[in-house]
Amino acid sequence: MIRTFAIAGSLALGIAASGPAQAQDEILNVSYDIARELYAAINPAFLDQYEGGDALTISQSHAGSSKQARAILQGLQADLVTFNQVLDVEILAENGFVAEDWQDQFPNNASPYYSLPAFMVREGNPQEIDGWDDLARDGVSVIFPNPKTSGNGRYTYLAAWAWALEEFDGDEDRVREYMNAVLDNVEVFDTGGRGATTTFVERGIGDVLVTFEAEALNISGQTEGYETVVPAQSLLAEFPVAVVERVAEQRGTGEVARDYLNFLYSTEGQEILASFNNRVHDEAVVEANADRFPETDLFTVEDVFGSWTEAQETHFGSGGVLDQLLRN
Amino acid sequence: MRRPLLIALAMLFAFAVIVLPVAAIFTRAFAEGAGVWLSAITAPETRAAIWLTILTALIVLPINIVFGLCAAWAIARFRFPGRRALLILIEIPFAISPIVAGLCFLLVYGAYGPVGAALQPYGLQLMFNLTGIVLVSLFVTCPFVVREVLPVLAVTGEDEERAALTLGASGWQIFSYVTFPNITWPLLYGAILATARAIGEFGAVSVVSGAIRGQTMTLPLQIELLYNDYNTTGAFAAATVLALLALVTLILRGLIAAFHPARGATS
Repeated sequence: MIRTFAIAGSLALGIAASGPAQAQDEILNVSYDIARELYAAINPAFLDQYEGGDALTISQSHAGSSKQARAILQGLQADLVTFNQVLDVEILAENGFVAEDWQDQFPNNASPYYSLPAFMVREGNPQEIDGWDDLARDGVSVIFPNPKTSGNGRYTYLAAWAWALEEFDGDEDRVREYMNAVLDNVEVFDTGGRGATTTFVERGIGDVLVTFEAEALNISGQTEGYETVVPAQSLLAEFPVAVVERVAEQRGTGEVARDYLNFLYSTEGQEILASFNNRVHDEAVVEANADRFPETDLFTVEDVFGSWTEAQETHFGSGGVLDQLLRN
Repeated sequence: MRRPLLIALAMLFAFAVIVLPVAAIFTRAFAEGAGVWLSAITAPETRAAIWLTILTALIVLPINIVFGLCAAWAIARFRFPGRRALLILIEIPFAISPIVAGLCFLLVYGAYGPVGAALQPYGLQLMFNLTGIVLVSLFVTCPFVVREVLPVLAVTGEDEERAALTLGASGWQIFSYVTFPNITWPLLYGAILATARAIGEFGAVSVVSGAIRGQTMTLPLQIELLYNDYNTTGAFAAATVLALLALVTLILRGLIAAFHPARGATS
């Protein structure tokens, strides 16, 4: 019994020590799944130019961004979030963790960089896939993650829908017909973006992988035998950031957190972001990287679907449009 | 005619299901040479994950032994209201999926759970740190010691203990000279199984870990993460460490079976 108490005691001390006392010299950036290398490059660059950067540690946590939002709601001590889903920050805002006007606190809807669903095809593009209409063609095998479980998949689904809605002048029956054809062509529905990439690259399944342009460029840059095709129209995928006010206030890290996020908008920050194949807003950086990012028209979720919340309810909820389409 | 067929079938199965995959871990891990392997497992984050995993196992182990002994003793020797319920309760972690266990702990000990919320004003946080990882590890491992010790206690019965009592032994003397020698091996065996489980646990830990790199990533979580980062060599190198830890427990298990024939016969 004595041993148990001793252990319980040391545990309790451990918790106390990890409480608010030592917080100032450390901030925690809670981020999405595949941003590890990106922030591993951002963090030292930020610390280098930051006054007092020597005494500061930036910790990283990466997982699916909905899972991360949930963990923060349950007490994960995040000072700031860098997500790939607007909805996941909204949930934090609804629960009072993030300011209600979080999208106005940083430029460009608090999205320092963006990307868009694009196509990765096998070398030489044997199936001649150039646009969204090609995904519905007979005999084309399509890979993208399940929109039910993956933000990446949701973007692909909504991009295809937005394109079709314009193509068919808002005739929803024809849009559904098109979406049915695309979904019929899906060979494997992985649960996440990385899983879909693995299916396409390592297992060699499918003629086209639809994923974020950044992911497609990363892979085709590293591995031989693939090409990235950017369709003429796609959907804006924002990567929202926010300070988790409730935690930062308590730990006295609000200012550092804000400086950190502002660094993402600086020329140096934007250069690093662009070097990881994200599209950015800084004009000089945009110009320097123009050859890598072909021009494309971007729909926004707000314009086409009203809001993320509405898109979520209409399309991805139980019994929503996606469920109806998959049933056919 | 049938016997060689059966043996061949069993061997083939063991080869396909156990030998091949384990061999693949090691060949992949060492594909780029031992130097690359070494630098992969000594990378700061992987090292931190190895240490966290071992630390968790070291904390969980003594608690498991004490709790397991108390529970097994109580159930075997006393008749009390709720005894059957306790017996069933202890089995629950085997039946519940680890991920559900993790979620249950979040619901109770998370910031909005009854316990978590009560502790928050004092700056005490139970989830997303070592405490959370230890708590869920305790949950998934607590049946092992009881399950091994209880049957032995039941079989040996109370006769020897009663005899000791009539000879004037104190409670502690009875335990240390009569009871404990009978259950040493099952106790160790249960402790080893529990430790192996604690080291390998993924689902429950993943829910309460918070996934902070270098801080709350246990080895299994780190392996998945490295794999998803396309760091195949790093992932498989870390996997060899996990496999080696498992191998150590396996060898200990084998030794126990060898030194204690009864144990070897039943397992």
